[in-house]
Amino acid sequence: MKVRLNPRHLPPVATFAVFATLYIFGAVRYPGFFSVRIAWKLLNDNAVLGLAAVGMTFVIISGGIDLSVGALIALTSIVTAALAAEGVHPVPAAAVGVALSTCIGAGSGAVIRTFRLPPFLVTLAAMFLARGLAFTVSVKSMPVAHPLVAGLNDFRLLVPPLGAAFVAAVVAAAVVLRSTPFGRRVYALGGNEESARLMGLPVGRTKVAVYAISGLCAGMAGVAFTIYNSSGNAAECVGLELDAIAAVVIGGTLLCGGHGSVIGTLLGVLTLGLIQTLIMFEGSLSSWWTRIAAGALLLAFLAVQRGVERAGGARR
Amino acid sequence: MPRAGRTVPPLVWTALALAALLIFNAFAAPGFFDVALRDGRLAGSLIDVLDRAAPVMLLALGMTLVIATGGVDLSVGAIMAISGAVAAVLLTEAQAPAAVAIAGALGAGLAAGAWNGALVTLLGVQPIVATLVLMLAGRGVAQLLTGGQIVTFRSPVFESIGNGTLLTLPVGVWIVAMALAVMSLAARLTCLGLSVEATGDSPGAARRAGVRTGTMRFTAYTLCGLCAGIAGVLAAADIRAAAPSSAGLYLELDAIIAVVLGGTALSGGRFSLAGSVLGVLLLQALHTTLLTLGVDPVRTPLVKGAAVLVVCLFHSAEARRLVLGRGGVR
Repeated sequence: MKVRLNPRHLPPVATFAVFATLYIFGAVRYPGFFSVRIAWKLLNDNAVLGLAAVGMTFVIISGGIDLSVGALIALTSIVTAALAAEGVHPVPAAAVGVALSTCIGAGSGAVIRTFRLPPFLVTLAAMFLARGLAFTVSVKSMPVAHPLVAGLNDFRLLVPPLGAAFVAAVVAAAVVLRSTPFGRRVYALGGNEESARLMGLPVGRTKVAVYAISGLCAGMAGVAFTIYNSSGNAAECVGLELDAIAAVVIGGTLLCGGHGSVIGTLLGVLTLGLIQTLIMFEGSLSSWWTRIAAGALLLAFLAVQRGVERAGGARR
Repeated sequence: MPRAGRTVPPLVWTALALAALLIFNAFAAPGFFDVALRDGRLAGSLIDVLDRAAPVMLLALGMTLVIATGGVDLSVGAIMAISGAVAAVLLTEAQAPAAVAIAGALGAGLAAGAWNGALVTLLGVQPIVATLVLMLAGRGVAQLLTGGQIVTFRSPVFESIGNGTLLTLPVGVWIVAMALAVMSLAARLTCLGLSVEATGDSPGAARRAGVRTGTMRFTAYTLCGLCAGIAGVLAAADIRAAAPSSAGLYLELDAIIAVVLGGTALSGGRFSLAGSVLGVLLLQALHTTLLTLGVDPVRTPLVKGAAVLVVCLFHSAEARRLVLGRGGVR
C-alpha cells in the first residue's frame, strides 16, 4: 500500500519529524531524559504559551493577527490574584479574569470589524491598554496562597493539570475548526474574505468571534500562568504573543490565512519547549542558544512552507 | 468642512497634536520652554525630549520606508542590540579604532536589514514572520557576541556621539537631522520615494508600470536595518556599553506606533518621513506630559494604547462617516 502525502500536510508532518528526532536525540544522549517526569514537565511548562497559541491559531487561520495575548495573560493573572487576595475563592476570581480577557478580545474584534482597521494596529492598542490596566491593578507581583493552587502544582499528580488543560484545549479547538460550521467559516474567512462574504457567510460575526476566542484562550493561559507561578504579575509575558505566532507558524499554519491546524500548533509549541529542555540538559550551552535555535527553526519551516506552496502552485 | 480631512496632509494633524501637548506642558510646568545655554550646550526640557527620542526617531525613519512598501519590521530592536554588541566587541576585544567599530556596527545593521529584505523579496515570506526570525534570534546573536555580558568600553569618539555637543545641540540630534535630510532628499528629488509608494499602494500595477518592486522592498528593509544600526551605536554610546539583552527592547513597537501617528498608513503607500519624526516626538512629549502631570509612569501604556486607537479611528473612513454623518466624506 502506498501512502500518498498531500503536500499541504507536509508542514505539520515535518514539525512532527523534527519533534520526534529531537526527542529521540535527547533520550539517547541524556540519561533520565526519556521519563514520565520530563514529559510531564514539558507539557506543564509550555501550557501558558500553548493555550495562547491555540487562540492565535484561530486568528491566524482567519487571516488576522493578535498582538495583545501576552498583555491579556498578565491582566488575567493579576486580576485573578488581586481578587483572590481580597478573599474571593480562586475559581470565581479566575472566571472574572477570563471573562475580562474575552471581552477585550471581542472588543478588538468589534473595532477591527466595524472600522475596517488593520488587526495589527488594533491589537497593538489593545496590548498597551491591557498592560496599562494590569499595572493599574498592581505593579507588584501578588501571591495566590490557596490549597487548590498548590495542589494543582503537585509533581506527584499522574497527569500534569496545566498540560492536560492545554491538550484539552487543542482537542476542543481541533473539533471546532474541523467539524463545526463556525470552524469552516474561519477557514473561509482566511482563504478569501470577499468570497466568504459573497457566499453569504456572516464574515463580521466570525471575525469578532475569532478575536474573542483568542481573548478567551489568553485568559485561560493567564489562569495557567497564575497557577504555575502561584502568583499574578502584571509585568510578565511581555512579547509572548511573538513566541505564540512563531509556534503557530512552525506548526504549519500559514500567516496569510485559510490554512492550518491546531494539532500543528501543539507540535510547534512542544518543539520550541523541547529545544529549551534539550539546552537545559546540555548544561554547557547558554540560554541565548534557545532564542537562536527558535529563530533558526522558524526560518527552516518558512522555507519548507514556501517550497510546498511553490510545488503546489498555490502562488498567485 | 468635511473636505478638509482630505486635502490637509496627516502630518499637519500630528504637528498640531504635538504643539497642543507642548503648550499644555508650558502651562502645567512653568519653565518647560526655558532653554538655557550651559557650557556651550543648550539645556532644557525641550532639548531633553529631542535627545531622548533620537534612537527611536532613527528607527522610525527606516520603519517608514518599510511600512510604505506595505511591510513591517519587527526586528529593529534586535538589530540595535546586534550593532551595539558588534561595536563594543570591536572596541574592547579587537582594540579597533572607533571608526572601524562604527563601520562594523553599521555594516552589521546593513547586513541584518539585507537579510530581512532577502527573506521578504526572494523567499516571499510575509514581512511579520520574516522579521520575526531575526527578532527572536537577533538578541541571541548579540548575546553570543558579548558572551551574555554587558560590555563596557571607553572611547572618546563614542563619548562624543553619546554625550557630545555640536553647535549647542546634542550630537545624536544632529545625526537624526542628517538622516532625515538625506532620506527626504533622496525620496523626493529622485523617483525613489514615488517608487516606494507605488510598491506599497499596488504592487501589481507598479510592476507593470516598470517599478522594480522587489528591489524597492529589498532597499527599504536594508535601509531600515542601517537606521537600526545607527540607533544601536547611539544607544551604546549613550551608556558607554553594549547591553545585548536590553538595548532597543520593544522599541520596534514604539517605532511602528510613531510611523502610524505620523500619518503613514500601515497598509502601505503614501509616507511621510517628517511625520514619523513628529510621531516619535509626540510619543516622547506624551511621556513627559504624563510625568509633569504626576501620573504614575505605569499608566503610560494606557495612554499610549488610547492614542493609537484614536489615531486609527481618525484614519478610518468608517469612523469618519459615523461622526460626520453619511456621505460626509467622498
